[in-house]
Parts: sequence; C-alpha cells; structure tokens
Amino acid sequence: MDILQEISRYLQSGEDKQVLALTEQALDLNLSPGRILQDGLIRGMAVVGDQFKNHEIFLPDVLLAAKAMTGAMERLKPLLIGDETPLLGKVVIGTVRGDLHDIGKNLVGIMLRGAGFDVIDLGRDVPPEKFVATAAAEKAQVVGMSALLTTTMPVMKQVVDMLRAEGLTHVRTVIGGAPVSAEYAREIGADDYGYDAGSAVEKIRQLVED
Amino acid sequence: MRPTLQFLENELKETIIAEAGVILAELGVEVQNPDVLALLADNGAQVDRAQQRAFFSPDLVRKCLATAPRAFALYDVYGEPTHDFAGDNVHFTPGSAALNILDSETGKMRKPTTADYVDYVQVVNQLEHIASQSTAFIPADVHERISDSYRLFLSLLYGEKPVVTGTFTVEAFAVMRDLQLAVRGSADALRAKPLTVFSCCPTSPLRWSDVTSQNVVDCTRSGIPVEFIAMPLSGFMAPVTLVGTLVQHTAETLSGVVIAQLACPGAPMLYGGSPAIFDVRYETTPMGAVETMMTDCAYSEIGKYLGLPTQAYISLSDAKLLDAQAGLESAMGATLAALTGINNISGPGMLDFESCQSLEKLVLDNEICGMSLRLVRGIEPREDFPALPRLQELLQEQHLLISAHTRRYLRQEHYFPGPVIDRANRARWLEEGGLTLAQRARRRITQLQDNYEAPRYASEIRRELVARMEHEARRYGQETLPERPE
Repeated sequence: MDILQEISRYLQSGEDKQVLALTEQALDLNLSPGRILQDGLIRGMAVVGDQFKNHEIFLPDVLLAAKAMTGAMERLKPLLIGDETPLLGKVVIGTVRGDLHDIGKNLVGIMLRGAGFDVIDLGRDVPPEKFVATAAAEKAQVVGMSALLTTTMPVMKQVVDMLRAEGLTHVRTVIGGAPVSAEYAREIGADDYGYDAGSAVEKIRQLVED
Repeated sequence: MRPTLQFLENELKETIIAEAGVILAELGVEVQNPDVLALLADNGAQVDRAQQRAFFSPDLVRKCLATAPRAFALYDVYGEPTHDFAGDNVHFTPGSAALNILDSETGKMRKPTTADYVDYVQVVNQLEHIASQSTAFIPADVHERISDSYRLFLSLLYGEKPVVTGTFTVEAFAVMRDLQLAVRGSADALRAKPLTVFSCCPTSPLRWSDVTSQNVVDCTRSGIPVEFIAMPLSGFMAPVTLVGTLVQHTAETLSGVVIAQLACPGAPMLYGGSPAIFDVRYETTPMGAVETMMTDCAYSEIGKYLGLPTQAYISLSDAKLLDAQAGLESAMGATLAALTGINNISGPGMLDFESCQSLEKLVLDNEICGMSLRLVRGIEPREDFPALPRLQELLQEQHLLISAHTRRYLRQEHYFPGPVIDRANRARWLEEGGLTLAQRARRRITQLQDNYEAPRYASEIRRELVARMEHEARRYGQETLPERPE
C-alpha cells in the first residue's frame, strides 16, 4: 500500500504512534511535507469527518484521529516552507467577553486542528478588540466565536461590526453555542453558524474554500 | 447488580399455585382431543371421557414440573446459539400473529402479502436487539390451510434467526417440522439444536382444543420447544382481580405443563401467556393496559418460582398508528418485562390489540429493546475506584473524551439508540431534513432492505424448502406459490 494511504488509514483508526512513524518514513522517502499533509493526513481526516457525520463513528474516534493528526503536524510544520502552506487555513477562536463557558469552543479547537487548520485559541472571556487585533496580526481567514449566555451573545455582533470597521472584510465569522442560531448569525451579519463542533469545522472549511 | 422488579411475595405465589392446584384437581381442564385424553389417562390423570375433562392431582403436577427443564437454548439456521432461556436472561421477538399490517405508503391497515412478509424477514434479520423472528403476520395471498406453514417457510428461506411460530391446524405440523428438518438435516440435529418455539394456546377458561393439545404433543415428541399462551381476561373470562386472574392463568398454564411432560418428559417449555384485562367500556383486551403488564410480570414470577423459563406478550400497543401511545405502551411494557426477567418477550412491532404489525414500529421498538437491555445490565463499577486518578486526568486534559477509560467502557456503559430515536440538536435535525419519527423509521427500513443478505444456505437446502412448501400447497389445490424475490 502507498505510504500516504497508510498514513490516512492509521489516522482514521486514531493510532498516533503509527501515524508519526509513517510520517518520518515518508520524509525519509523524500516525499514533500506538503504532500504528506495533504494526501495523507488531511485526506484521512476528511474520511473521519464524513464517517462522523454519517454516525458511523463517534466523537472520541474523531478526537483520537485529530490527536494523531496534531502529532504528525508538529513534526511537519517546521518543514513547511515558502508557498508550501497546505494547511487548510488559519482560524482565531474564543469564547466572547463575559462568558466563561469554553467546553464547546475547546472541542471546536481540537476538531479544527485535527482537520488541518492552524488554530489560535484566545481562550474565554475574550474582549472584541482582541479577536480583531489577533485576526489582523495573524492574517487569519476566520474568526470563530462561542457564547453560552444570552447576555453575552451581543458581544459577537460587536466583533463582527469591529472587523468591518477595521476594514477586515475578508475575515469570515462563524458563531456557535447553545443560545445562538443560524438566524441569529444572519441577524448580526456573521457569515455562518455551527450547531456543533463537527458542523463548525464543516462551515469553516466551506468558508475558506469559497 | 441486575435491577429486578417484583410484584408477588413468595407466600402469595405459594397460595396462588396451591389454589390453581385445587382448580386442576376439582374442576380439571377440558381437552377436546381423545388421543390426548388417553395419554393423560394412561399417565396418572383422572379422565372423564364423556365430559372430555382431565383432572390433575397436585402430585401429578409436581411430577411434571420435576421433569421440565429449567433452561434451554435456541439456535439460528446455521446452528449457532442465539438464545439462552435461563435465569433472568431477556430476549425480544416481534409480536405475532397479526392479521394485518400497517401500510407504509398509505398509513392504513391492510391484509399482508408474500412481498410484505419477505420485507419483514429482511428487516428483522438485521435488527440487533430482536433476537428471533416470529411469524409476525399472516400472508393473505396463499390458501388459508397453508398460511401457518407458509410463514415459517418464508422465515427460513429469507431469515437466519430462530423463529417463534405455531400451527393453526393439526395437519400443518408435519410440514412445519419438515421445513425445519430441511434446515437442520436430521431429527436428532433438530432436537439437539432447536430452531423454533411453537406457541400453544389453551382457551380460557380451562380448555384445550383438539388442535392445540395435539400441537403440544407433536412438538414435544419432535423436540420442538413450546410456549403456553393462556389468555384469561380479567373481569370477563377470568376474575376481575389480578390475583384471581393469576390463579386461573396458573391453572391453565400448569395444565399445559402436564400435557407436555406426560407426552415427553424433559420437553423444553416456556411458561408464557397473553392475559389481559377486559376493558368494559370498549369491549376490548388492551395489551397496553398497565394491569395487563402487571399480570404478565406477576405470572412470570410464578413461572420462575416453579423453576421454568418464561414468555409473555408484552411491549406491544393498542394504538392504531405510530403515535405517542404506540411508543409509551411499548416502552413501558419492554421496561417492565426486562426488569422482571421475562425470557422471551413477544411484542415489538405490534399495534391494535395484537392484530396489526408495523415495520416502522418494529424498527422503533428495536431501539426501545436496546434501551431495556441496557437498563437490566444495571450499574456496576468499571475501574472506577479509586476515583481520584480519573478526576486528576480530567483536570489535566480538560476532557475525558479520549481517555483510555472512556474508550474501554463507552459502548458498554452508554447505549446509543438511533437512527429512529432522535438525539440530534434542533439545527442538525432540521439540516438533515427535519424528519418525523415515522419518516426516520421508513428511511431505516429502506437502509436495512438495501443491506440485506440472504442466508448462506447450500442450494439444496433452499431447493428442499421450496419443494416441501410447494408440495404442501398442492395438497390444498394451490399449484403455484406467489412470486417472491430471488
């Protein structure tokens, strides 16, 4: 079997040690880090994502695969050079100011990294200014915001407005959390809404592909 | 600890059994079959041939109970074990034998056909919490004299699971045995690995018809397990009180035990039934009534107290369609039956007082059965002590989703129903089409039908099954069997 296919297969079964060892072997075979990432790891995670969506596997299986992905990524990241930046994109995430609930946001972070995104997690109780400044400094394509409280939801709109005011109109925004909805996303001008971590990853993937 | 439910104190069970003994000795049972009466007379029963009554002394009943097996097993068409009717083990089987099915397209009740029966077998073959097939409904497109054997024929031709079935006539027994012999290869092999359970129903009050009493004798002598389905109706064909109904049920069921064990000592049997209260408002026999379910659970306690594995018609509903009543009555019954440890639970899929099977309900009930089976596995420690390291791991890792402990026990600890029972959040549910329960059930049926694989029979077994059934049909003037899928 092709070594990249093997990486993909072990990744799908969440076997991080094998994935890392095969990544080393692939490098020894002079395969480019970009190709290993794209045709081995990201391809494997795409299968995992589909299986999860179809209820064939459960969240722990996805997270194990994500962990294997992250381990291999750490090895590859320093080797990715110049225009060889096959990461799916850069995403800034955080729970908005006034809100300390970060379980869902953390899950989104793990799954985004696992799917092949570069993730900057600002943590919880994040002021709008910090979202905007980080997105600008890091040249992020997406800002993801989470809130669990109806009282903190309005902060999401502040971030969306502030990005626009700062001229960062190319930065896409995605929101999530129990009190928000696709309708609320539209209402505040956010680009999309993820109803769970899996859906957030998918929405972000679509936004960066557009 | 396995959670269990108990309605009767041992003292009350003893009293009920003793009172049933008095009834069997004093009133006896009517047996409308001279050969069976002769068998009983030859083996210690007092028999009044003119009145067709047999009287059983407490000693005779005790002797018959002593030869009855406390446990037995069933095997699928390949001879692999599927059922262990022992202790409090629980197995579900679809309710039978309905005259109608609920049409998926129209939502209306109608007479079923061969195609419907094949659809049913293909679906039940893949339902993980339904341990056996039953001959769940009666195809109306064949001669009525073969409608019992024809169900078994289709079940064996298309399904792998053992079959809970029964005959409608004395004559049908031979072909129903021969169909099983075609699968097993020999009488000894069938005896060693039973493939079916035959329901044998006394008629309340205290009566065995010519057909049913002969069926008991024929089955036991061929090594085919039987389940006794006494049906006292509280307030109508039985005392209105649940205890009174239980006394009558005990007498009727013990009379079956006596017939079976005198015909063939050691014959495997399930202490079963389908009692109900009689709803005097509507003149109906509600299977979803809580008192019906209580009676079922209580007689199962009596059966176990007597040392026998048990059966009941419970976890079915009187609703006319797949509505909230269908779900609540079935779930309540499945829960109570599982907690009681009824070994063979007949009910899934059934609506409308045991008269209508629904495939949509069957796939829903499969998930209800899954929950009930999880329920009775109870709560027990699984590497939970000391608890400190797990909590330390949680604080350190921020979650336990991929902890080794989680991975080891997730699927043992948590049962995941679906896709009929919905646990998606609202947004996902909407994104996936916002399907109703009935629509999800329909989609599940389609998936199962697409995934169906026929039993891996040698072609000669298949040919023999068809030849035996065609021969039987010709006996009643039906030259060809209805078309069926390859």
